Formats: sequence, structure tokens, C-alpha cells
Amino acid sequence: MSIDGCGAPTQGAPLPAGVDLAKETVITGVVRADGSPVPGAYVRLLDSTGEFTAEVVTSQGGEFRFFAAPGTWTLRALSRAGNGDATVAADRGLNEVAVFVTA
Amino acid sequence: MSRESVLVTPDWAEKNIDADKVVFVEVDEDTTAYDGGHIPGAVKIDWRTELQDPVRRDFVNKQQFEALLSSKGIANDDLVVLYGGNNNWFAAYAYWYFKLYGHEQLRLLDGGRKKWELDGRPYSTEVPERPATNYTAKDQDLSIRAFRDDAVAAIGSHNLVDVRSPDEYAGRLSAPAHLPQEQAQRNGHIPTAISVPWSKAANEDGTFKSNEELKALYAAAGIDESKPTVAYCRIGERSSHSWFALHELLGYSDVRNYDGSWTEYGSLVGVPIALGDEPGEA
Repeated sequence: MSIDGCGAPTQGAPLPAGVDLAKETVITGVVRADGSPVPGAYVRLLDSTGEFTAEVVTSQGGEFRFFAAPGTWTLRALSRAGNGDATVAADRGLNEVAVFVTA
Repeated sequence: MSRESVLVTPDWAEKNIDADKVVFVEVDEDTTAYDGGHIPGAVKIDWRTELQDPVRRDFVNKQQFEALLSSKGIANDDLVVLYGGNNNWFAAYAYWYFKLYGHEQLRLLDGGRKKWELDGRPYSTEVPERPATNYTAKDQDLSIRAFRDDAVAAIGSHNLVDVRSPDEYAGRLSAPAHLPQEQAQRNGHIPTAISVPWSKAANEDGTFKSNEELKALYAAAGIDESKPTVAYCRIGERSSHSWFALHELLGYSDVRNYDGSWTEYGSLVGVPIALGDEPGEA
């Protein structure tokens, strides 16, 4: 249960062409276990009440990406390497957040 | 209706991978998921290119559906087990779609790809070759499909169930948050529709909640069992999931899925729309 509060920004999933970051609130990042990216993790975006909003599967590099709205969100990851979550206060534009999972 | 007659467990599925007259069919939003690995022997159906008319916004017709299933090697008396990603959204949609055309032996794999993967069960990249069949479909069973006029007529009289996320219901988002948000339609929900997000019917691992939990969920949300029910979401796939819970698991008799859903309703000229977290007035 942690967010990346220091160090280099996490590398999120690349954005599709045509996405306008002046309008979209993108939440992106990498799921890691013991420092290594976790591909194939199931990441859910939960709203401020804890309700499901969306779910994606992480890429080979452990990356996930959501198109949300400004506000507080929770990321919840399930994987064979374990589960974990992180919260993010997102604004319009690109919001990067790391999620760590432990067994 | 017994749960076993509509839903199979991953254990059952793994034991029946090679069973005669059982066909696993994968249907995903991400139509490339199958190519990276699927349940051994499973065939793929692409909901976008194979289940939709290529020109008009509608389903393929009876003859096209017959041709599709024949080419996939699915026979009328095969037991079809549907599964997929996104907590079975599109597999549930295909289940409802197969029902619409009268397929009889139909099951959904509980938990879909997610549970299968979290359990560490086997995948294959081999694409099976099934000999073509001569599949015969029935006319669409319109008792489980709602159209836009049905949705408008249901305002204030039937149970209208909006199964999208609370933010989509209220109008703060226009699509699920894994998709870009700029859309042509107006945001909001159909007035008097109650919000019961599809996810409340499922556990975190993608399996359905127990019938007792589902009953309590829909009763607490205010669904009146004695009234007909119309469920909708954005394009009809999440509402297929809730349709499955209401009609197939709980056995509520008159439940229709409005497949036009918000992408149609939110684009209609002149229909009422409610904004915010409350159902609104008829």
C-alpha cells in the first residue's frame, strides 16, 4: 500500500493518438513487485466511495492507463504476485502513480 | 433456475476442456487477448466484427448468425461455454446474444479470464480447427431485448436499471475510465433509472456473488420483482452481465437488455435526461 513519492516519475502506458491532455484526466503508472514490473496484473480504478469505475490488464512492462476525471481515486491491483493498492489525487492532464503488490 | 445450468466453475471448465460436445468460446473487448493465449481448444468470436452488422448499427441477422456459428464449428446441440476478459462483460453479452438467437446449451465461465489467470490455469496459443457445421438459429427472442422506445416507455413505470459506474450515471464521466472521455452523446441517465453498478454483482476476482447476495443487492436498490425490468449501460455489454445476474441466476421473469444503451439514448433528440446521483422524476 504505497504511492511513489520520490525519485524519477514512473513510466506509464503510451497515450493513443488524438488524446487531448487539456481535456482528459489520464491516470497511468506501473505495477511492481519487489521492484520488477508485473505484466498481466488486473488493475481497477475505484472512485472516492470505493466503487468500481474501470479495470485494465497491465502490459508486458506492467503499465496501466485510465481516463478519469479530476478527483481522488484508488488503484487496486490483483496479480499472481500478490495484491496492492494506491491512491492518487488526479488533475486534468497526466497523473502518474506507482502501485506495489505483495503476496 | 439452478446456478449450475447457467454458470460453470473454473474447475469444471478445466476438467472438460476436451469433453465431447463442449465448445469454449472466448469473447473480449480487447479482441487480441485470445491471440496471446486462451483456454486450450477455445474458439474466438470478435464481438465487433462478427456480432455487429458491418454497416448499420445492429446485430447480424439470423442467416449471418447461422453462417458465423457454422463456420466456427458450433452445432445446435453443443454446450457452449463463454468466457472473456473485463470480468466477462463481453462474454455475458455474447451469452445474451446466443440466447437471443435461441441457442439452448449455454454456460458462462465464472470469473472469466481473470479468475482463470489468477488461478494459474493453462492457456494455449494454438487455434483449433473445428469442422464446419450446419447451424440453425431461431428468430430473435425479443422478450429479452429492449429498444429505445421501450426504454422511454419504461420511465416511471418499469424497473430501469443503470449498471454503469456511479460517475457515468451522474454524468461526471461519459464512458468507463479505461476509454477516452470525449463522446458525442449527452451525459447523464434515464430519469427514474436506479443505479446498481454491474460490479456490485461480482466479486473482486470476477466471479458472480451468491444468489443470496444478489437478491439482497437488487432488493436494497429498490428493484420491484413484480415489475418488468430494463437494464442498460453504455453499449449493452455491462448490462448483459447484470441481465445474466437478474434473469439467469435469480430467475426474474421479465428482464430485457437495452443494447442501444447510453450511446443511443444519450444521442436521441428530445428525450428526458437526469443528471446527478438521484434517479430523478418521470
